[in-house]
Amino acid sequence: MTDISQSGAPKHASSLLSKDARTAKRNRAESRFKLYGILAIAVGLLMLITLVYNIVSRGTGAFTQTFVTLDVTLAEDKLDKNGNRNLDEIKKVSTFGYAPLIKDAISSEVEKLGIQTDLSAKDQAAILSKSAAAQLRDYVIANPDKIGETVQFRFLANSRVDGYMKGRVSRESIANDKSISPAQLDFVDQLVADGVIVKSFNLDFIFGADASDQRPEAAGIGVSMIGSLFMMLVVLALALPIGVAASIYLEEFAPKNWITDIIEVNISNLAAVPSIVFGILGLAVFINYMHLPMSAPLVGGLVLTLMTLPTIIISTRASLKAVPPSIRDAALGVGASKMQSVFHHVLPLAAPGILTGTIIGLAQALGETAPLLLIGMVGFIASNAPDSVASGLLSPNSAMPAQIYEWAKRADPAFYERAWGGIIILLIFLVTMNTVAVILRRRFERRW
Amino acid sequence: MPTLWLVVSVLVLAAIGYVLGRKRALQSAGGDVRALHSLPNYYGLNVAFAALIPALGVLLIWLLAQPMIVENSVSGLIPDEAIPEDSTRGLVMSDVRRVASGLDFAVEQGAMTLAESQSLKAEAGDIRARLGEVGVALGAEVEAEVLDAAQRYRQMTTTGTHAMTLIVALLAVAGLAIAYARTHKDFRARNVVERGILVLLILAASLAILTTVGIVFSMLFETMNFFGLHSWKDFFFGGTWAPNFRGDSELSILPLLWGTLYISFVALLVAVPIGLFAAIYLAEYANKATRSFAKPLLEILAGIPTIVYGLFALLTVGPMLVDFFGKGGFLGVEWMAGATSVLTAGVVMGIMLIPFVSSLSDDIINAVPQSMRDGSLGLGATKSETVRQVVLPAALPGIVGAVLLAASRAIGETMIVVMGAGAIAKFALNPLESMTTITTRIVSQLTGDTDFASPETLVAFALGLTLFVLTLGLNILALYIVRKYREQYE
Repeated sequence: MTDISQSGAPKHASSLLSKDARTAKRNRAESRFKLYGILAIAVGLLMLITLVYNIVSRGTGAFTQTFVTLDVTLAEDKLDKNGNRNLDEIKKVSTFGYAPLIKDAISSEVEKLGIQTDLSAKDQAAILSKSAAAQLRDYVIANPDKIGETVQFRFLANSRVDGYMKGRVSRESIANDKSISPAQLDFVDQLVADGVIVKSFNLDFIFGADASDQRPEAAGIGVSMIGSLFMMLVVLALALPIGVAASIYLEEFAPKNWITDIIEVNISNLAAVPSIVFGILGLAVFINYMHLPMSAPLVGGLVLTLMTLPTIIISTRASLKAVPPSIRDAALGVGASKMQSVFHHVLPLAAPGILTGTIIGLAQALGETAPLLLIGMVGFIASNAPDSVASGLLSPNSAMPAQIYEWAKRADPAFYERAWGGIIILLIFLVTMNTVAVILRRRFERRW
Repeated sequence: MPTLWLVVSVLVLAAIGYVLGRKRALQSAGGDVRALHSLPNYYGLNVAFAALIPALGVLLIWLLAQPMIVENSVSGLIPDEAIPEDSTRGLVMSDVRRVASGLDFAVEQGAMTLAESQSLKAEAGDIRARLGEVGVALGAEVEAEVLDAAQRYRQMTTTGTHAMTLIVALLAVAGLAIAYARTHKDFRARNVVERGILVLLILAASLAILTTVGIVFSMLFETMNFFGLHSWKDFFFGGTWAPNFRGDSELSILPLLWGTLYISFVALLVAVPIGLFAAIYLAEYANKATRSFAKPLLEILAGIPTIVYGLFALLTVGPMLVDFFGKGGFLGVEWMAGATSVLTAGVVMGIMLIPFVSSLSDDIINAVPQSMRDGSLGLGATKSETVRQVVLPAALPGIVGAVLLAASRAIGETMIVVMGAGAIAKFALNPLESMTTITTRIVSQLTGDTDFASPETLVAFALGLTLFVLTLGLNILALYIVRKYREQYE
């Protein structure tokens, strides 16, 4: 007989069919552990959602703008006293000379609509942007024959009025604000009721130039977008050929020796060097030593090229490695040289992968800000679009992320809306590029 | 832009060379391709490369070397007495360059004739006013020495550019002629061209080394200059960071290092638990559908530009924290003065780092052999016990490597701390106070008006070098650990 039958009662009171306290504890620990994992992922995704929600809810305002539609009489006695339509004489009238026209226009509009207000004409005109007079002047200089006529204009409203229309500014929040008064907001309400002030889509934000820090309502991201475009062209023109050439050498030709090892270690370390260090390099080498112009997209492009190269090299090497050796052997077997087998067969087969890697590298470079700060792509107003390729590369410009940083630094909260709006545009670019990369990979990826 | 035209003409020459070389090779074989040693294209390419590569190589080296040579010799022309008390040679040289380019610009605009601009005398004319007419603004009236140096600068630059154009054009033509003369049906064109291509490939690969060398040297030289002006003991062991542009600054890295490490620590405190648990769940528990949905979404966090996180810190997280901890906040305490703080920057940076930790840890956990899990489960351990007692200890070195990589990333991060951390350098323990970091100070010392002879500007290079060494060390350590660990199970 065995020991088991001798001990009369079972050792454990529990049975397999019911859980004992210890098992229950272990099972609770198990589900707790699993819950932690779910929580961690949920927190991560929640952060992502918060971020996206934040960007969208705060940034969409930048795409609409408040406009004031007015009929302005371009009085001849103020703009062209001699009446000879001489352009040089018309140009002598500064924007100050145009301010009375706007005052008159708004007063006559008020009279026409029968709005009761105690505001002076000057205070009434203050709801318009400071750029209104310049807009009028530009129009007159472009169309001198319109002097003497009454023309309808759509002026930008002041950023406070715009903020009021978007709910950012309220009567309480302007208690200490000198640039607008509650009476002016009442006046705005009346004009809104009469349809003079409307909020509509603002194309100028996407294509326009930046404006000085007095006029957030007129600021746009268009010019810095061109700056970014030129930088990306430089990166593409330099990083792609150099990156592909370097990868081909390392993957296909390099002998296994210490020099190759050093290069490889170098590349993987360069990929992890903080981006600001590349900015220091750019400042020291391209600007201080080579005297390339400050703030030029060319310099920005060069710095970003150095930064993107490791990314492109790593992805290109991966896609070259993915081409099976049988392809090379077949080419060599029919008499191709090593160089021919690589350039005629391996490279075309690796091209989709290389392209994907390049697009991802470019997207990374497009969003990079820190090195651009050091080579001077902030701190000024990117107001002039370049007129040629050379000036696009060499004249000072901003870039999208640098422009966003610049807006975020300015004191007027109206610029924050612009910054978020700029981020929406930047992210649209990044999402598009990454989507194209993913589609390319799905479409052309070959499993050998 | 004469350089651009030079490059274009060399390119055109190379294209012509291609056509000529190809034609000549075919002619020498009597039009029979089979009689040639190489394919006809290689003969064309050979001539084109011979015209292109030496010429462009010399052009590149010349463009790099000329500014340095001109600068050195002109800088020697300025006597020490001509440098004002409160100025430096570097500042005077930038005046010289400005005058020189202003004169060039005036000639280009037609405001002066070339001869007139060369014979200008500081005593004779009001140069500042004349340059002002064409839109070149000069800070002060031009000194005689500066004008002399500027004239010399212009002269040397012009001579240099002429000589460069001549030599590059000659090289291109000579290369073309020699290669053309050598083109014959028995010439081994393919071998020559392929060797040339190989050299180009090697050059491209060594650019990576060149970049590293460039980074190290550009920072090393300026750092040496800095230590010439400022004691290294104060930099490494001093206790205060108080730059003062009138001189007598206290520039110590320690308070900045403290801020950097503190913020990175907070970031890792957020990123490591979330990232690690997410990785464990994705690797051990999640089914395929969840995995393919959650993993890419989490990785989006790593692809968002840092400027976005910076803005998020400055305008969303910071004000939100003030709502809790600030004056009149929900908690009724007054611990936080402004939106910028260690916690603001740290939390946002932590969000950014989640995918770094989770992706790498995920790979590493997946690399733990299934047999180890099976063994543990077979002994009756629950899944979580297996993970805690078998999988994690096995994956620990790799996870440590991942955390180190994330830490190096956190230390080098710039935009989030520039916008979210603040500008006050101090040793403090309260995470709700604003502190500053190495990267923030690099940005603030190097933007705006900078004078590359003052320790206040040069300190940025010393900071940059320290940052580079720090992150490089962490990376090498992390890669070493990860690689070591991979070998263990392969």
